[in-house]
Amino acid sequence: MIAHAIFFYIFSFIAVISAIMVTVSKNTVHSVFFLILDFISISCLFIMIGAEFLGMIMLIVYVGAVAVLFLFVVMMLNVAHQKNTFFKSTHGSRHIPIGLLISLIIFFELVIVVGGWKYKPDLINSISLEISEVSNTHSIGYVLYTDYIHLFQLSGMILLVAMIGAIILTYRKREGLKRQSYFSQISREKTDGVDLVDVEKNKGVKIDV
Amino acid sequence: MQDYLLVLASEIYKILFLLIPVLVSVAMIVWLDRRVWAFVQKRRGPNVVGPFGLLQSLADALKYIFKEIIIPASSNKVIFILAPIVTMTLALIAWAVIPFSDEFVLADINVGILYIFAVSSLGVYGIIMGGWASNSKYPFLGSIRSAAQMVSYEVSIGVIIINVLLCVGSLNLSDIVLAQEKIWFVIPLFPMFVIFFISALAETNRPPFDLPEAEAELVAGYQTEYSGMMYAMFWLGEYANILLMCALGSILFLGGWLSPINMYPFDIVPSPLWLILKILFLFILFALVKAIVPRYRYDQLMKLGWKIFLPFSLIWVVLTAGYLMYFDLLPTV
Repeated sequence: MIAHAIFFYIFSFIAVISAIMVTVSKNTVHSVFFLILDFISISCLFIMIGAEFLGMIMLIVYVGAVAVLFLFVVMMLNVAHQKNTFFKSTHGSRHIPIGLLISLIIFFELVIVVGGWKYKPDLINSISLEISEVSNTHSIGYVLYTDYIHLFQLSGMILLVAMIGAIILTYRKREGLKRQSYFSQISREKTDGVDLVDVEKNKGVKIDV
Repeated sequence: MQDYLLVLASEIYKILFLLIPVLVSVAMIVWLDRRVWAFVQKRRGPNVVGPFGLLQSLADALKYIFKEIIIPASSNKVIFILAPIVTMTLALIAWAVIPFSDEFVLADINVGILYIFAVSSLGVYGIIMGGWASNSKYPFLGSIRSAAQMVSYEVSIGVIIINVLLCVGSLNLSDIVLAQEKIWFVIPLFPMFVIFFISALAETNRPPFDLPEAEAELVAGYQTEYSGMMYAMFWLGEYANILLMCALGSILFLGGWLSPINMYPFDIVPSPLWLILKILFLFILFALVKAIVPRYRYDQLMKLGWKIFLPFSLIWVVLTAGYLMYFDLLPTV
């Protein structure tokens, strides 16, 4: 139990510190790296409370795909050179009260939720499955594809619409682009490409290409 | 307190018992790779140091250790040094869940396949960090290329893994092997095996998909600024990743530690040896592909990943699921 507590405090310490570093580090690329560290330590915390499926999915989706794209965008836009001087400039500090307000609201919401667990322990057990026997991958599958199938499908549709929308907004058809066509390449015959011409002496021949 | 220390010591012993053979075999596999490559092209390959040149990798390693590590003045030093460490660590920690026989596995976790998938998807960070921190054109272009390439091929590997998981009904790697006792998945899922093999080539940046380090265009890609031991760590990590992909391929499709025929002369062979033989077989295929196939163009690479492999493996998921459903073969949970 002691080892468990030690690991919990190590991971949560890393998570909090790296979350702070995301916002205060001067270099944008460093911010993204700290964000990745944050994701990793949070997925370690997930694994420690026994939600190994969520932890792994967190690693695969957020660290393996989303953060790579973040990094990609940050590097390509060359914002790495614009040093993050948000807190020092007078322009940026106007937004700090609004940010504080939003984070206070989120904090109180969390307090309400955690307080609910603390003082009404039967709240959790009343809606969740008996998960003592099946592994949590199976139990997520049971709930996701039975009780919440419509919400699950709906969120999938929303993601699909967002993806199609992004493609349509950024797609532009370019004219005069040469594209490789494997079929026309392979189906080319000798008769299409090679022509034997009898050339008269001292006359030459005119070939139209 | 005594118990904790005992457990800790035995775990460290087990980890070393796994890691040291992996590192030694990575060194030997580099030699094998170069020999196979030379054999196909009618050259001799490394044959001077030791018998058959077996100690060539050792000599190379000594050379790398004694070379000076050069850190470019304009580089981002912390990330520059972290990048090879990240690559090497990620290549080694994935071995924790590989089952070598029904009892010899370091961590027999419930979500073993997801763990390997997550670790291999983290592997791209070593390359991106190295390319970005070098602060130079070629490494940067190489790392941008590899980010796009590895993310694309991970998608198709994920869908292929879903195909296998549909037939198994568990994410545990030992369960995946045991589900193949009757028939190895390479037979019913042969097209998926082919696509997995090609995607694994792309995922590990092997030729013909070695665009992140295409020497004709990018000098050496993300490794351009690295020297000495740091370069060697990238290199070891890359080969450890290749071995890992071979191990994953043999666990998913070739029956892991199971012997091909469950009969007298075959079942006295210890089961870890079967896994090693299968890994070697897949690795020799990797080496042959390196020797005979020319490098892909970047747009061809992307087209292959997104327009051919992804739709095909998705269609195969529907087919597998439909087949299992219709004949009532779905694994019971």
